[in-house]
Amino acid sequence: MMTLSMEDIPHLEMETVYSRPESLSSRPTHYCPGCTHGIAHRILAEAFDELGIRERVILVAPVGCSVFAYDYFEADGCEAAHGRAPAMATGIKRTRPDNIVVSYQGDGDLASIGAAEILHAAARGEHITSIFINNAVYGMTGGQMAPTTLLGQRTTSSPTGRDANMTGFPLRMSELLSQLDATAYIARVSLHDVKHIRQAKKAVITALKAQMQGLGFSMVEMLSSCPTNWGMTPKDALKWVETNMIPQYPLGDYKMIDEVRALALERKQG
Amino acid sequence: MAHGTIEIDHARCKGCELCTTVCPKQIIVMDTTTLNAKGYHPANLFDPDDHCTGCAICAVICPDTCITVYREAAVHLERR
Repeated sequence: MMTLSMEDIPHLEMETVYSRPESLSSRPTHYCPGCTHGIAHRILAEAFDELGIRERVILVAPVGCSVFAYDYFEADGCEAAHGRAPAMATGIKRTRPDNIVVSYQGDGDLASIGAAEILHAAARGEHITSIFINNAVYGMTGGQMAPTTLLGQRTTSSPTGRDANMTGFPLRMSELLSQLDATAYIARVSLHDVKHIRQAKKAVITALKAQMQGLGFSMVEMLSSCPTNWGMTPKDALKWVETNMIPQYPLGDYKMIDEVRALALERKQG
Repeated sequence: MAHGTIEIDHARCKGCELCTTVCPKQIIVMDTTTLNAKGYHPANLFDPDDHCTGCAICAVICPDTCITVYREAAVHLERR
């Protein structure tokens, strides 16, 4: 194995401009090659570092591919039953209001079995931040159809493509939750290219700031890829997110109360 | 143009090739002559002409945080 060390680099005045964020553990992840969970983890960890809140964060991990998410952060975490991360996060936040409570869920977890929990946590305006990874399939169990699966999309449980007559239509969670009065910030971002990853990080920081200011419930939905279960190369999967998922799940800030808008502007100016 | 370089942690690399698709200088290639302990061909910097600018785009897309990016510091150059 060949590795470069700083001694090998001729220009010793080089400075490090990018390295693993402190909040991210050095443990290699179990995710498949090209899985965007790794990108989502990293931008979340970078947000913890930038806001200086690592010591205060409690991460609630879901059931799904990201079931071991708490292992990959140098922050406190716990594991919720399938779909119940917002309920557990509610309990933690109410008993420890000074902590920053973040739930991290996939689409099978949040939009299907956990639909009630996320809706009611949002409706109550719990002061938690939810990171919602939407890759349009159940990843861990083998690529079955999820509520977010696109019409016509082939999965292991819809081998001829999702049929609206049989299984209804894809669920747009950001639009749904943005209708609730108690939500403070609901945004949908995408992880399909570098520009959008940078925008996603800004959205995560805004959502965490909203929680730190006690403004209410915040959620960032991230359109993600699942190369393994989609049967594509990682590069093609990111292209598929752009061409197929974004038209069905348009990006943007679906709900942003004035106080949150002020926080986001503050970042832009600073 | 700024001058930089990257260091790839070959042991962590899962060979997804995303860094090779985003590099504006096209100087990251898959090393098909070796396998890491996970069984993947790792990505490698091939930059004999010093094209790397340390833009960190590869590090932003890398799902496994394998890439550390270095860049010549402008402040250091001014100091001399």
